[in-house]
Parts: sequence; C-alpha cells; structure tokens
Amino acid sequence: MPLDHSEFFQSVEQFCVEAAAAFHDAASLDGLEAARARYLGKNQGFLKSLSAQLGQLPKEHRAAGGAKFNEARLQLESLYAERTQALQPARDTTPDLDPSMPARPSWRGSVHPVSLVIDEICEIFRELGFSVALGPEAESEWYNFTALNFPPEHPAMELHDTLYLDGGGLLRTHTSPVQMRTLQAWPPPIRVLVPGNVYRRDFFDSTHSPMFAQIEGLAVDEGISFADLKATLGHFARRFFGGSRRTRFGPSFFPFTEPSAQMDVETDLGDGKGLRWVEIMGCGLVHPAVLESAGVDSERYSGWAFGMGPARIAQSRHGISDCRVLFDSDMRVLEQFAR
Amino acid sequence: MKISHDWLRGFVPHACSPVELGDLLSRHVVTLEAAVPLRSDLDAVVVARVVESERIPETKLSFNKVDDGTGLLLEVVCGAPNVAVGTLYPFARSGTTLPGGLKIEKRKIRGFTSNGMLCSARELGLGSEHDGILALDVDVATGTPLLRAMPIGDTQLDLDVLPNRPDLLSHLGVAREVGALTRLPLVMPAELRGLARTPDAIVDHARASAGGVSVSVEDAAGCPRYVAVVLRGVKVAPSPEWLVQRLASVGARSVNNVVDATNYLLHGLGQPVHAFDLARLSGQAIVVRKARAGEKLTTLDGVERSLEPWMTIIADGARATALAGVMGGRDSEVTATTVDVLLEVAAFSPRDVRKVRRALMLSTDASYRFERGVDAGSTEWIAGLAAGLVASVAGGTIEALLDVGSAPAPAPPVLLRLPRVTRLLGASVPSADVERLLTAIGFRVEGVGDEELSVTAPSWRHDVARDVDLIEEIARLRGYDLLPDTLQPYRIGTVPDHPLHRASRRVRDVLVAAGLAEARPMPFGRDTGAPQARVANPLAEDEPFLRSSLLETLSRRAEYNLNQHQGNVRLFEIGHAFTPAGTRGDLPLEELRAAAVVMGERRPPHFTEPRPPAYDAWDAKWLAFLIGGAAFPGAPLTVEDVPASEPHAAATALLWRIVSDGRQVGEVRVLTLDAPVWASPAFGVEVALGHLSSAPVSAPGMHAYGRRDGAGLSSVTAGHRRYTAIPSTPASTIDVALLVPNALPAAEVERVIRRTAGDTLEQLSLFDEFRGAGVPDGHRSLAWRLTFRHPERTLRDKEIEGRRSQLLKTLENELGVTPRAS
Repeated sequence: MPLDHSEFFQSVEQFCVEAAAAFHDAASLDGLEAARARYLGKNQGFLKSLSAQLGQLPKEHRAAGGAKFNEARLQLESLYAERTQALQPARDTTPDLDPSMPARPSWRGSVHPVSLVIDEICEIFRELGFSVALGPEAESEWYNFTALNFPPEHPAMELHDTLYLDGGGLLRTHTSPVQMRTLQAWPPPIRVLVPGNVYRRDFFDSTHSPMFAQIEGLAVDEGISFADLKATLGHFARRFFGGSRRTRFGPSFFPFTEPSAQMDVETDLGDGKGLRWVEIMGCGLVHPAVLESAGVDSERYSGWAFGMGPARIAQSRHGISDCRVLFDSDMRVLEQFAR
Repeated sequence: MKISHDWLRGFVPHACSPVELGDLLSRHVVTLEAAVPLRSDLDAVVVARVVESERIPETKLSFNKVDDGTGLLLEVVCGAPNVAVGTLYPFARSGTTLPGGLKIEKRKIRGFTSNGMLCSARELGLGSEHDGILALDVDVATGTPLLRAMPIGDTQLDLDVLPNRPDLLSHLGVAREVGALTRLPLVMPAELRGLARTPDAIVDHARASAGGVSVSVEDAAGCPRYVAVVLRGVKVAPSPEWLVQRLASVGARSVNNVVDATNYLLHGLGQPVHAFDLARLSGQAIVVRKARAGEKLTTLDGVERSLEPWMTIIADGARATALAGVMGGRDSEVTATTVDVLLEVAAFSPRDVRKVRRALMLSTDASYRFERGVDAGSTEWIAGLAAGLVASVAGGTIEALLDVGSAPAPAPPVLLRLPRVTRLLGASVPSADVERLLTAIGFRVEGVGDEELSVTAPSWRHDVARDVDLIEEIARLRGYDLLPDTLQPYRIGTVPDHPLHRASRRVRDVLVAAGLAEARPMPFGRDTGAPQARVANPLAEDEPFLRSSLLETLSRRAEYNLNQHQGNVRLFEIGHAFTPAGTRGDLPLEELRAAAVVMGERRPPHFTEPRPPAYDAWDAKWLAFLIGGAAFPGAPLTVEDVPASEPHAAATALLWRIVSDGRQVGEVRVLTLDAPVWASPAFGVEVALGHLSSAPVSAPGMHAYGRRDGAGLSSVTAGHRRYTAIPSTPASTIDVALLVPNALPAAEVERVIRRTAGDTLEQLSLFDEFRGAGVPDGHRSLAWRLTFRHPERTLRDKEIEGRRSQLLKTLENELGVTPRAS
C-alpha cells in the first residue's frame, strides 16, 4: 500500500534534524565517519531507506517527494564536508607550504611593439570617428603613383625607391594607395586609418629595412581645412606624447598633398643629445588631383591626410637603436613586451 | 644640401644665429637636418698673452711665461722665432688635441717644463703659414676661446631639400627665402661685386661663333639653352684662400682657381658650370647632339663609358667630350697648362639628365640640380658672373659670350581665388598680405577682381601649377604654426572597419591569450620550389621571393631562435601571403593569413614541474580551433584528418586540414626545420582570413565588404550564440574502456557512440589511451566518459545501464569493438 506522503515528508525532516545533530556532535574524524555511515551510507544508511520509501509514494506526490529528498541529501552532504574540514588536525608548526616560493606561471603572450604603437594610434583616432581600411601590398603603378599625382619620371620618385614584381606591378611604397581605393569605393564623408606594411628598395641594416610599417589617416568631406588638420593632429600629439610636449608644423613635400607639411615633436631620443625636434609625421591637404583621380568633386570636397612610421616611434619609445631587432622575432625580445 | 652660414650672410645680411636660422627655415622653408659647427676641433684653443720670454741657450727655443686667463702664469717652451712679449697668440693647453690629431702633453724640454703650445696657423688648420706662431690682432681678454675671438667659427647647415624645391639647392635660393622672412633685401656678395664686364652676347637659336670658336645645338630638346663663355690667357693656379674656405664650408674640395670658380657658382647660385680647356676642343667647336652608336667617352673620373644614341652629349669638332649635365670628359678638362677656357652655362632637359644618370649610375652635383631643374631664366646673368669670377681669380680676358637656344617661355599665370584660400586654410588672409608674401619670393601678383588674383611664378620655381600650390606658399610663409587650429564638427564617416581588420584583431587576442608572441618578420624568402611571386629588382639577391606561406617565414624565425639557443618558440604572425597570378601582367593573389608556430616547453618550468612536457600535435590541433574560431565566429569549424595515403600529406608533414563552413581555410603541419639535436619538434598552424583584392575598385559606392546603405554589414557581426539554461536535474556518468584496433579512427567510434547513446548524452570525452599489458597487439584501449542528463528528471540507474549494454552491443556489431576486460 502506498505510503502517506506527509509521513514521508516528516521522516525526511526528522532524518535531517537527527543527522545534523550527529554531525555537529561528532568530536573526531572517526566519530564523524561513523555518523556519515549511519545516515548517508550507501548500503544501510537512513538515506537508503528513505530512497526506498520514495518509490512507494503515490505517483502525484513522487516529484515533490524526490525534490524534498534531494534537497535534504545535498544539505547534509555539504554539512558533512564542512565538519570534515573543521575536524582536520591543526596545521603543523613547520608549514608544508613555504609562501616565499615562486608562483606557478603560464606563458604570457605578447603583442609586437610596432603593433602596440599602431593600436594606440588607432584608439586615439577611433575616438574621433575613424575606422580602419586595408588594402593589398602588391599594387599597380596606377594606385601607388599615377593616381596619387606622382608625375612620371619626376625626382619625387627618387624618394620612393621601388621594388617591382616580376610580371608587372610593384610592392606599395606607402599606404596611400588605400586612400585612392577608399575614395573610389565610398562616398564622403570619409574618416579612415590605414595601417599596413610598405616596401622600399633599401638594404637591411640598423637604420633601414626593405619593409616597414606605416599608418596613415584620411579625412574627406565638405569644409575640411588646414585648421581642422592642425587641430586633429595637435589633439593626437597631446594624447599620444603627453600634453607638455611641444609640437611644430613646417613645410614638406608629397605629390598627393598640397599644402604639404610635417609635424615635429620635441623628443628626447635617449641618445644623450637631449630634447630636439623630431619629425613624427608628414601631412597635408589632399591634393585636388587625387580627389579628381578618384572621381570626387575637388571644388565641393576637400580633405587632409597624414602618414607616420610606427616603427620609429616604437624604437624611440623602447630605446631600440637597431631596427633589425623588430624583425628578428627573437623570443627573448618579444617576451619583454608581454602583457 | 649644405649651406654655409657665413656664405649665406654674403647674400642676405641677416642677424640670426645658426640655431635661429635653422628654426626659421624649418618652420617656413625646409627642414634643418643638422647644424654642424665647422671648427669644433678648435673648441679648446684659447687666446693667451706671452708675458715673459727668454731664449734657451744653444737652441732655437724660447722659454716663456704665458697668461692663459686662468690667473696663473704657465711655463711654455716654444720653437717659433717670432715670439714677442705682450702679443696675443692661439694657445693649446696640455691635454688639448689639435686638428691634425697632435695631442699636447705636459713635457720636459732641455730641463724646462712646457705646459702647452703656442700655435701656428697651419697647426690650427687655418692655412699653410708655418714660419711662426699666429700673432692675433684682436682685442679680447686672455682665456677667450679662439672661435669667439676670430671669425673662423662658420656653421654648416644641412638642409633636407625635397624634390619640389630645386631653387633651394644654392645659397642664393636659400637667401631669397631668408630675405623674405626677415624682410631684408638680397645683396650681391662681395666676391661677385665689381667683376669685369662681359662683351655683348652673340645670340642665335641654333648656332653662333666668334673668334674661331663655334657653338651649335643640334639637340634642342635635350638642351634648350647653351651659353658659352670664351676666356683667353688665364693662369691656372691654386685658388685664393677665401675661395678655398667657401668651398670647404660646404664640404667641397679645392682643385684649382678655374674649377673652384665654377664650383662657387654651383653652390652659390645653383647653376652647374663646366670649364673646358679650349685648346683641347677639336676645331674650337662645341656641338650639343645625341651620341652616336658605339661612341665612347672617358669621363673626369677616369671611367670609359659606352654612350647610347639616346644620350645628349657635348662634342667638339670630332668626338664626344662631355656627358650633358652629368660630367665632363677627361680629355678636355682644365689642367695646370690650360691657357684658354670655354665655360659652359646651360639648361639641360631634366628628364634626359635623369635617364643618363640612372643608366650610367653616375650622380653628380650637376646632375642632381639639372634633374630637378635649374633656373633657366638666369642662364645669361650667371654666364656673365661666371666669366667675371673666373677672370677675377685666374686672370685672362673675356673674349666672347655665345648664347644659343631660346629663353624659356614664362609660366602661365595661376588664378587665385581668395575665398578658396580661406576655405582651405580655415582662416582668411587679406589680399594685401597674399600679395606681400608672394611678391617677396619673386612671384608677380596682379589683381583681377575683388576676390581674385592672377599670380605668375618666377623662372626658378617649377612647382607651381595650381591654386593649391600658391595656397601652400601663403601658408608656409605666414607660418603653419600661426594658422588657427580649430576642430571642426565632423560627420560620421561612411566606411566601416574592414572585416579582415576585425578578424585579425580577434585572432591576435586569442593567440596572445594562449601565450604566443606576435612577430612582424620580413616577408622575403628563398626559392621553395613552390610557385612564388618574385621581386624583379631585389637588393638582397638571396631572398628575392615573396612568401606564399606565413609558415615559411615563421620557420626561418624559429630557426633564428634555435641559433640563439632558444628552444622554446611560440610565435605567431598575421600578415600577407602572395601567390603568383596565373596570367602575366596580373598582380599576385594576396591573402591575409594568421599563422602560429609552437615548439619546446608547453609551460614555463616550476619547482613542481622542473621539466614540463613539450608542445605536441594535440596543442597544434587546439590552436587550429582557436584561430579558426576567432577568424570565423559562428561558422561551423572542423579540423579534419588527412588520410596518410595522400602523397602530398607525407611530403609536407601535413597533419590536419582546417575547414570552415565546408571550405578549407588552413592546415596544421609538422615543421621541417634546420634544427639542432636538442630541439623539440615544431608544429605550425596557418589559416587564411580572407582575400585582399588588388583589382581596380570598380563601381564607386560599392565595395567587396559592404554596401553604402549598410546592408551586408551584418555579416561582420554574425555569430551571436544562444544561451543554454543551466540544468537543474542531476547528471549521471559512466566510463567505457574499449579495445580499438589501431586502424580504426577514434572519431569513428565516437560517431557510433553518439548515435546510439540517445538524446540524453550531454557530453562525450575521450579521457585515456593505453597500450600494453592486457591490450592485444594491434589495438589500444581508449576510454570515454559519457555524461547523461535528462532535462526534466533524474535518470534511473537502470536506464543508464540499459544504454551502456545497448551501446556495447552496437559497437561490437558495427565496429567489432569490445570492452576492455577490467
């Protein structure tokens, strides 16, 4: 005959109270073990008999009974664990754990110092509404030079000693081809950053490398002016180098900007020569010929652009005098930049 | 470009110190790279007075007491005959090193102590005078540094002149800017004043002659203007001291008076001038023409050069005698015996000079200026100065001036709209200011309307074609620093982040978290045998190829670390890989990829684990999941076995293929490295994140990664997962240990288990592999733990047991797999 469910509930309550008292009263681990066997033991404990009674409950009460039963069991198991802890013999006077010994480490990953600089630049410009654009490193002559207003056979090309590819094309000498790709693909307003690797036909020595990182920015819209360029880059310089550093603008030359300028920041390169002006970026208003190459109305729209070399900043920031260190990929160097 | 501070003052009498001048130029004209004090080797030399002097018997020496301003009288022995009491001399204290490298030390001479040296002009590098010490006719206190007492402390300014401003490649050009900025007029330097007058030029568009000397220009395109000056009766000799000093101040070597005068004009006025020995020009003729096939010429540097028919050359009546605008010929150079001279003052085509310079790899001061463009408007004026200067330093009479060709057409005027100036600079510049600024550097400005000016560039400026070029002039002359900097309100840009940028950031994050270090190596490499894009003009001939795989590069970097005795390598890179295009003329296919290499200890050693296990294939397989998951969030990702039977797999040590959404995106490989015996095996993972198209961007407004209306962008953020509530019912677990034949993949067994175990199987994990005692040959024991859970109720032991027997039966029936006897 089915068991009365309220009777079962009472048994469970009773069981709980008794078991809890027994666990509390146990004064040693042995005593506690005896109590555990009596109440929670798998073979002849009270729990076992309660579990048998559970099966005899009327169907409609079985779920509730099961829940009650589980709850009681979990409660007692945790009390048991708690008491076991409490009855553990006190720690030895000579500690088995010497807290002065080293922690167990895991490998720490790292971001390359040049990437760290790129990230930081991106973060500052992101606050000003810039997104990131990318482009191919193998480019056509048109995107790398022609569209950017490089006159053919002009001495300006001397500044871009180019690596050409077998079968046509070249390795981009700057990230500026992405200006053109972006202007062609998206209508103004445009606010983009372009990080990437660029190539020059240079020997690989302590101050030159045939490939290096560059990051540039481009803003094109109605009413963009040199005042806006100065304000934005000035804001960047204060955020990036700290507010106390002096900056100055001077003339420069890039075929794809007019007026062209460079921003210098007073910097201590750590070479013992103290503070001096160091060119930190080239910049200028986008040349109308560039806008026209991309099919943008150069009377209605204007823009500015800047470009800088994050590797040089990383070198100056971390005191790396030989640029080859940045390419070696020596674990002992990279681990120094672990997070 | 090297500019002497003193020389510059000859053209514009400014009062700026070298530092002030450098700053002024950097802010308005051209960046100052360095200011080099020319006589810093004399820094330690001071002015001292001889107070007492007596002859040392039986020698030419004198024993002197010298006041060097320190308050003590120093004892100095001197060998010069002209020591005079009360006179000031340059003095080097003991411990000083003189320009020749002579170190002055305290020493004993004939029993007398000498505490320094009174110096001659030659010892100080101030001339050849060595008859005695240099008596100074100056009024300064003793102890004053010599450089401050005498005008010998010139400073050399190194200016970074960019290709658009060849007019700055001379002292005159820089002086013009300094004059405009300091509002001082240009003056003619003393050495160019009062020169001998030249006779009127004989002018013709193609051919002119006088006194038996003829000039004809057959290649007018290569040489639009050629002015020849004939001087007879010059005396070739060393240059006067002032000329030697001028050239030395810009780092040029003195040759002789005639050649030095031409170099003065090059550095002073920016016009290359060449001097021929007239007697050595066959027929006293100059013919400017293209070279003939097979023609040869030995240039001034002694190298015999083969000429090409497209090269413009200067010939005499018989043969080639100079490379136009690049270098003269050895046979017609001015020597000590030269009496009659022909000076060439010409304008050559920049493009042609550049072509010759590149073909012959011969860059000179002359070619540098001709390539960038000289001032064709002042050829005649400079020819007159050249004649006068040579006559003034080398004597002789100026016989004739032959002017062949035509003066350049004036540049067309450029229309400058003042509202556009305001719009682009963000500040309005009054019309009068615009006019003043531009006029000061030689532009001609005429008012057209209220708000428009017509501006004509001077002949020395080749870089002004549009209104923006003039706006740059206005901005820089005013000073960029004085322009306002007002942040404009801006509109949100239309361009979203490039999805590959996002993907690479996600991948980078998981790899850094996994303990790997990012590398940014050089992407060039050797021939790998695989098809690779190649650089046509590499500088390093051993590595002309562009990598087709990032693992190729990372393998070399791992080897670099091994060479440094670093056996623990955990590198990753996110970079471009190149595959040569199928068709000639097409650019290589380019992919952004992520790759990782691991080898050596899997964890740093600790006293609890002094020798941690090395990375193995299973770590690499997990990296494949990490990278693939981060690269393609939300897309189904599998890492698939490569059947050992595939020949390709064995050759490349390919372990797994990484497949995302049914498409192979990468692979896991064992790397074959040039490694020492102690090195652990190296594993590599490479995943292609996506293509970077180098095709021309076609339809404006459309792009591969999104549409202008924002549609298509959602795929960038795809992959949001559904949350699963934490179950409230208890789980049951069983373990099964199975004897699995070696040839049967574990994945096969898992498939059967999953199918048979039913819906309540929550988790299946392979937790043990064992071979050995109790396991028959050709088998291994694999143990799985199965976790079952019913979402609503507690599973009964009977149910679980039922599942187990069902499972074992199916495994035996379908795969012949039996449980391992316990």
